[in-house]
Formats: sequence, structure tokens, C-alpha cells
Amino acid sequence: MTFEAIDAWWWPYAFILLAGWLATDAWRFLGVYLGGRIAEESDLLVLVRCIATALVAAVIANLVVFPNGALAGVPLALRVGAAAAGFVAYLLGGRHIIVGVLAGEAALFAGMALL
Amino acid sequence: MSAAGRSAPGRLRWFLRGAAACFSIPGLILASAFVGFAGLAREAGLTLAQTVFMTATVWALPAKVVLVGAVIAGNGLLAAAFAVALSSVRLTPMVVSLVPEMRAPRTRGWVLYLLSHFIAVTSWVIAMRAFRDIPRPMRTAYYGGLGGTLVAINVGVVAIVFVIAERLPPLVSAGLFLLTPLYFLTSLWGSARERASHVAMLVGLALGPLFHLIVPDLALLAAGLTGGGLAYAWHRMRRGRP
Repeated sequence: MTFEAIDAWWWPYAFILLAGWLATDAWRFLGVYLGGRIAEESDLLVLVRCIATALVAAVIANLVVFPNGALAGVPLALRVGAAAAGFVAYLLGGRHIIVGVLAGEAALFAGMALL
Repeated sequence: MSAAGRSAPGRLRWFLRGAAACFSIPGLILASAFVGFAGLAREAGLTLAQTVFMTATVWALPAKVVLVGAVIAGNGLLAAAFAVALSSVRLTPMVVSLVPEMRAPRTRGWVLYLLSHFIAVTSWVIAMRAFRDIPRPMRTAYYGGLGGTLVAINVGVVAIVFVIAERLPPLVSAGLFLLTPLYFLTSLWGSARERASHVAMLVGLALGPLFHLIVPDLALLAAGLTGGGLAYAWHRMRRGRP
């Protein structure tokens, strides 16, 4: 049952509602229900945060290593290099997101202009 | 609390102050991340209506990026829902920590459930900082203004970028697609509560492409569970030492 499995206008919306909205708002509603019953420092939450972080990191790496669209025309080394340059600039430049984003984009544009 | 502070005009004033808080550096950075997301969704083959629908109903950006990633990979409904659910578990502790600050003696339950839909990283960070200076009975009005306006602005950003993305030159277009990875590389690192999350991020970055080659259908889940598990094991081992 993939996103394109059923050829009907409503299927992608049903897919988004079930795999996206329900899978996300269920956790928000659980949070309201639990109120203040979980300790933020509990070990279970450390595991939960680790899994969520690794999962999103995996998505990000795949967007850079196996891109679609315009980024696919850029050599792998430049894509990875530009992302790495943005991250290093973020770490060295006072940990401001905007510094990392601008440095990464500048590295990509410079590389594309030179190639 | 004065009687005037609890009146309808008081609520409207705080609602508008919440809305105004969107026009700030965090709000601008979030909008740039949504510019990237619109390009990503378009490239994945989603329509304008589907992308706008997803933005409003899911709202949390990591969940949407994972969902679009699952669509690109051709994952089934269950695998996609499981991956999205894993990326969204982190919302529960955020809601758990914000709701007690928002609840006043007369706050109705459904208001809190409704407002919880707006909880994602940006509005949570803004609210946690702003609530200290807001009278408790006005906090739901403030958060409604903040969350509702953030959603409305970014639905607009997504719709506009989706429409103009086709006409962009390749250079700008490539830059657009790099926005999402750059935003998450930096914001994930910055929002980590403990070193273990940094380890999880680095391991996840390495395992994502690796598992994509080995088990393309389950790459995201496998990388999340393996990377998260390894980081957690590291966390336990490190704490075990004196």
C-alpha cells in the first residue's frame, strides 16, 4: 500500500492522514493526556530522543547522498562537501543555524560556479 | 489578575502578541526551512494541494521530511506510519513540559488538545521563553496566536514556493534542495539534550545511506533503530563508568 498504490484522488490524502497526521498528533494528544507525569530526564526518553534523532539524520544524509531533482546534477563530493562546510561553519560560528545555512549554500554556489 | 486582564479584549491583545512573535529570527529560519520542504515535496511528485494539506495536518517538519522520504522510497503505509511515528515520539515530552505552563484553573481540556497540534520545535522554543512574562490565563490565547499564525504563514510559503519552483534556474533550485539538510544538520545538533543525541545524529548520518543500499525498503527504520540503539548503549556505558 504505497503512496501511489490506489489510483483515486482521495488515496494520497488518506495516506497523509494515516501515516502523517495520526502518527504525529497521537503523540501530541498523549502528551496533553499525560500532563506532567513523565520526568524529562527519564532513561526511556533518552532512548526515544536517540532513535528519533538517528532517524531524522538518516533521512537528511539520504537527501544529500541520493538526491532527486536539481541537486542530482551536482557531483556527490560537492553535495557532501557543501553540507559539511555548512555544519562546520555552524559549529565554529557560534552555533547559529543561519550561519550554517548561509555557509553551506555559499559553498554549493561557489562549487557549482567553478565546475 | 485584574478583571480587565481576563476580558475578551485582553485575550485578543495576547493572541495578537503571539501572532507578532512569528516575525522574528526563529520564525524566519523556520520559513526558510519550509521553502526547502516545498521544493522537496514537489520533487517527490506530490501535488500542490497534497503538500499544503500535509503542511497543515502534520505540521512538525521532521515528520513531514520523513513522510516525503518514505514516499520517495516507495514505502508502504505501515512502514511510512511507523517511521513517522518514531520521528514524532519526541513531541510527547515537549507537550508534557509545555502544557502545565499553559493550563490555568479555568482552561478547558479541548482547548489544550487543539493547541497541542501547533507544538513543534520553533513554537515550543518561543513559548517556553515567552510564557514567563505572560499572565497564566492569557497563555492559551498567546499560544493560539503564535501557533496558528506560524502554520498560516508557512502554508502560504509552501504554496508560493511550490508554484514558482518550476521556473527557477538550476543553481537556485539546487540551493533550495540543500536548505532542508542544512537546516536539520544544524538544528538537530543544537536541540540535543545530551551527548547521546549527538552520537545518534552522527551514526544516523552514516547508516542512512548505508542501509539505503542494503535494505532500501526499511532503510529509515533500520537506521533509526540501530543508530538510536547504539547511541543509547554508548550513553549507558559512559554513565556506568565512574
